[in-house]
Parts: sequence; C-alpha cells; structure tokens
Amino acid sequence: MTELQETILEVKDLKTYFYTKRGVSKAVDGIDFALKKGETLGIVGESGCGKSITSLSILRLIPTPPGKIEGGEVLFKGKNLVEIPDSEMRKIRGNEISMIFQEPMTSLNPVIPVGEQIAEAIRLHQKMNKKEARAKAVDMLKLVGIPSPEKRAKQQPFQLSGGMRQRVMIAMALSCNPEVLIADEPTTALDVTIQAQILELIKDLQTKLGMGVIMITHDLGVIAETCNTVAVMYAGNIVEHSPTQNIFDAPKHPYTRGLLASLPKIDEDKDELYTIEGSVPSSYNMPPGCRFASRCPFAEDICEKKKPELLEQQDGSKVRCWMYSEEWTAAKPQQGVFS
Amino acid sequence: MKVSKEKSAEKSVLLEVSGLKQYFPVKKDSIFQPKAFVKAVDDISFVVNEGETLSIVGESGCGKSTTGRSILKLDEPTEGKVLYAGKNLVDLTKKEMRELRGDLQVIFQDPFASLNPRQTIKKILGEAMTIQKSVAKPLQHDRMIELLNLVGLPGEALDRYPHEFSGGQRQRIGIARALAVDPKLIICDEAVSALDVSIQAQILNLLKKLQKQFQLTFLFISHDLSVVRYISDRVMVMYLGKIVEISDKKDLFDAPLHPYTKALLSSIPVPNPSIKSKRILLKGDVPSPINPPTGCRFHTRCPFATERCKAEEPVLRELRVNHSVSCHYAEELFS
Repeated sequence: MTELQETILEVKDLKTYFYTKRGVSKAVDGIDFALKKGETLGIVGESGCGKSITSLSILRLIPTPPGKIEGGEVLFKGKNLVEIPDSEMRKIRGNEISMIFQEPMTSLNPVIPVGEQIAEAIRLHQKMNKKEARAKAVDMLKLVGIPSPEKRAKQQPFQLSGGMRQRVMIAMALSCNPEVLIADEPTTALDVTIQAQILELIKDLQTKLGMGVIMITHDLGVIAETCNTVAVMYAGNIVEHSPTQNIFDAPKHPYTRGLLASLPKIDEDKDELYTIEGSVPSSYNMPPGCRFASRCPFAEDICEKKKPELLEQQDGSKVRCWMYSEEWTAAKPQQGVFS
Repeated sequence: MKVSKEKSAEKSVLLEVSGLKQYFPVKKDSIFQPKAFVKAVDDISFVVNEGETLSIVGESGCGKSTTGRSILKLDEPTEGKVLYAGKNLVDLTKKEMRELRGDLQVIFQDPFASLNPRQTIKKILGEAMTIQKSVAKPLQHDRMIELLNLVGLPGEALDRYPHEFSGGQRQRIGIARALAVDPKLIICDEAVSALDVSIQAQILNLLKKLQKQFQLTFLFISHDLSVVRYISDRVMVMYLGKIVEISDKKDLFDAPLHPYTKALLSSIPVPNPSIKSKRILLKGDVPSPINPPTGCRFHTRCPFATERCKAEEPVLRELRVNHSVSCHYAEELFS
C-alpha cells in the first residue's frame, strides 16, 4: 500500500434517484471520488446517507425502476460504466470489479456447496473446465484462511459459521483477481474477534494482489484501521473527503466533528457524549442550501440559502462547508469547540 | 434519597444470581441419540448492586442475552437462584412473577419488533400502567405526557403509531414504556446496537440522565465495548456461557486479567489511525455450546493454554479488589 499509483476508478458527479409514489428520492446526489491502485477508500456515514447506493450504482445493481442513475460518470479503464451495454457490464461485474456484502448468508445460495458456488463464478469469467475451476475454488478457500478447504468446499453455507461464510464471500469476490473490490459493511454482522480476522485478511490480500478497495462502513474504527482516504457522506453528498489521518486529527466539517465527538471511546472515560441535535432531512425534500444546516451549531443565513461546494484545504482535505470559504474566514475567525 | 456517588461506598445488593443455568434441548436426529443441550448459560453467579450499571459483554452466543432473559423468567431457568427483594424469582408462579414485573423492566434491541404496530403510543403506555396498576386511570394521561417529555418526545406523539417514528424515537418510546411502571431494575438488551452513532449518543445520554433522576439500576447487555465503557460502573465478560471476568469498569479496561478480555479489547478498531494497537488475533471461531471444550472453555483459542487448562476448569476468584477472573494463570500472565 506504500506506493500509490494511477487512478483505476473514477466517479464523477454521480446521481442516483428513486422515483416512488411519494416523489423523487435523491439518494445519491452528485458525488465525485477517485480510487487509485492499491488504495483503500473509505465511505462512511449513517443509515440512509447513500453510501450503499453509491456502491450499487458503480456496479449498476440499482433496481430499475424505481431507481435510476440520473447522471454522472463511472470511469473504469477508459469506459463509462453508466453507459456500456448490460452484456459488457456483466463481464466486468464479479470479474474486474467485485463486491462483498454485509450478510453472507443472504448472498450465498443456501442449497449449493460453497466450493461449487465459487467455481461457478470462476467459470463465468475464465476459460476453465469444471475440474480446474473446483481446484481453483479450493485454492481460494485456502487463500482466505479456511481450515481443511477441501472438506469445506463441499459443505453448504449453513454448515459454516458467520466468519467462515464471509471468508467464502471474499474468496468468491477475489477468485477472478479483481482490480477493484467494493466491500459493503463486510464486518458489520460479525463479532469483534472475527471482524479483526476479516479486516486483517482483506488488508493482507490487498497488498498481495494490489487491488483498490472501497470500504463502505458506518464504523469509524474500521475506517481508521483500513483506509488511506475517507469520504464522509451525509444526505446523498460527500461533505468531507480527506486523508484518513486528517479526518481524525483535524476533522473539518461540523458533521464529521459531531460524529467523532458523539462516539463513546474505548480508551477514554466521558461523562456525557456530544449529540448532534435533530435528524437527517428527508431525501424526498432536500433543503436548497447546506443539507446539514438545520443541525449545524454554526449555521448562518448563507448556509440555508446556498449549497456549498467541496472546498480544497491546505492540508489536502476537501470539505463542503461555508465556514471554510474565503468570505467566511475573512469575516470571522475560525470557530468550533467540540467536547 | 440516595446520591449516586455513594453507591460504591455502601453497596446494597438489589439482585443476586447464583448458580444460574439455562440449558436448551437440541432437536435429536434419531431417538437413539443421547439427549443434547445447548448450555447457553452454565452456572454463573453475580450480584447487581442498587443504583449501578452492570454490563454484560461478550460475542454472539456467549449467553449474555440469555442471562437477561432468565432473570426475567422469559425463559424458565434450568437451575439456580435469582434473589430479588428476598424472593427467589425462579420459584415464583406466573402470577407472583407478574406482580414483580413492574420492578423489573426490559428494553430490547429492535424497537420496531417490541412495540405493537397496531397500538397507538397512548395504548402501549396505558396498557403497561393498567396491568401493573402503577398509575390510576384518571391520572394516566398526564403521566404519559410527562413520560414522553422525559424521554424527549412531544406530547402529540400519544395518538400516533410506532411506524410513524424513526428508530431512535421508537427506542425512546420503549424507554418511556419501561419507566411507566416505576421500575427498579431495567435490563437493556443491546438497547442501542441498532442505532446510528449520533442517535446512539442521544439515547445513551438519556439513559444516564434517567438513571440519576430515578435511581435506576441497569443491567446493560451489549457487544459494543466502547458503549459499555461509557455507561457502566462494573463490567462482566462472558464466554460460552461462563463468566470469565468481572470487575469495576476502570480496572477491566485498564488492566484486564483474562486473556480473552485482553484479546477482545485489542480486537476493537480504534477510531484513531495514529494508535497502531498491538492486536491479539484469536484463531478460529467460538466452539459450539452444545459440546463446549473441557476445562477452561477458552483453551482452544487461548495463546497461553497448557495441559492444565484442558483438564481443569478454572473457578472465578477475586484477584484484586472487586476484580475477579477465571483463569489458572492470571497472576503470572498480567500482573
């Protein structure tokens, strides 16, 4: 992970809307990011912020209707994934870009042995006969650290523990040597000791295979452990996009700061937690200005009227907040003390 | 009225659990097979002091939720005693138990599953009050408004249904319902686990505030150690149906004595990239509670296990003040 090379995946102004009876839900509303080879990009945010929809949009897995990628580009190897035909997309999905989901039990077929399922994925994308594919599946199971892989390959998903199932999912996702791995809450359903094993495994394989990883999670601890850069999402937008160290040492957006302050810490005693007042605006009816304005302790008139741009800072962070604009800093000194 | 500061000095025991066992029979494949049991909770003893928050932590299947359920007799315990107010809850009849349920309340993880979707909030709260006779009918309405305000909801919420609320708000309703019967002990079973961080912080602060205000005692069951550190006075760590360590919070987090506690604490991803913690990676999974390992149940995953650990089951012993551990080698390992 030391040498960061060329960009392999670039998302530009991606918009995914859902057209429902209640109206238009702007789940993802214009986000940009780039993923470099060997890099881990974290996308963090609370429920409904659009982080999972982002990953599903990249792989074109949005159920249409009601969902629709309304605009923007997803550039991968010179192709815009939003526009290519389905047949071409199928060749990329699970092959060059693959994905791990949160709940392995629902993403594995319950009545087919796991080895068989991995072999199927391999045969779909690579020229191999059944026997070779099965052997490769066992190799993959060994790679992800499953003990006695030959035996396990013949077992059904229900015979494996949660941690093991997640390893199978990872084996399947990596079986075609993807260049990009999207991990959507890969450890959320797992216990901490198992989570530690799985995160270690993903990191390990990433260094070995040199792929780019998009890590989607709500857990800032996981972010701190695994990511190079972090995009914090709030209500369909990226509100802060920074190197991981900056997010924790010098968080900028009031939402990021609030989020960090409201975390109970394992290595610190606190009498009271900071709380972000109010709740997220409805995705059907987004305010015209900054989407965090109604909950922001620093909000001014301009925040409610005009949406801020993602502003580049000196330390490499990008933040979508008026407080970091030149007009604001000229008018008043930097503020903000969070407990 | 007792001040919460005093609680560590003068400890009056509110609830005493001794030798509690909870076995669940396993479905047999054939009638010739010997009867098998999941030993979800296997002979545990502890006390809950008045006004404190005792947390139970552990991974899935360690028996933490089952312990809570057994105390309330939501599952009939297989063996053991649960002493509350001079009575052994295990021996009580359903009717006698119902009278005591006003004192012992529970808040569940999923606030949507634990609120009747067809009842308005008024009905939900009213039913609790009527059954426990905690508030007379004519006074109920005012008390409900008071309760809702207490948990940070507007009075208009009374005529609405659970689905009209967000997850955090529903959890507030769950808390209001628990408070409606003036309980002494509230068992919070993963009460904040389903909530987003910012909402979780609100609910945790609320629980703390209410505890001070009403001198409540919490038995807080959670898998999240950061949350436990924030809310508890004492912490109990369970593994495969056994207590492995029980201690004052500070002592447990700063100087854990059991190798499992140590590994558990080191497994947690810390939201600070500058701290590169030395992680103790445990090998393998938790063994099956149907056929738990002999001796120390942790020996299959313990980096320090010896022959003695395989053969002899360690007992929970007090090594430091208010700090007990069940490990043969706790002294040598971490002192």
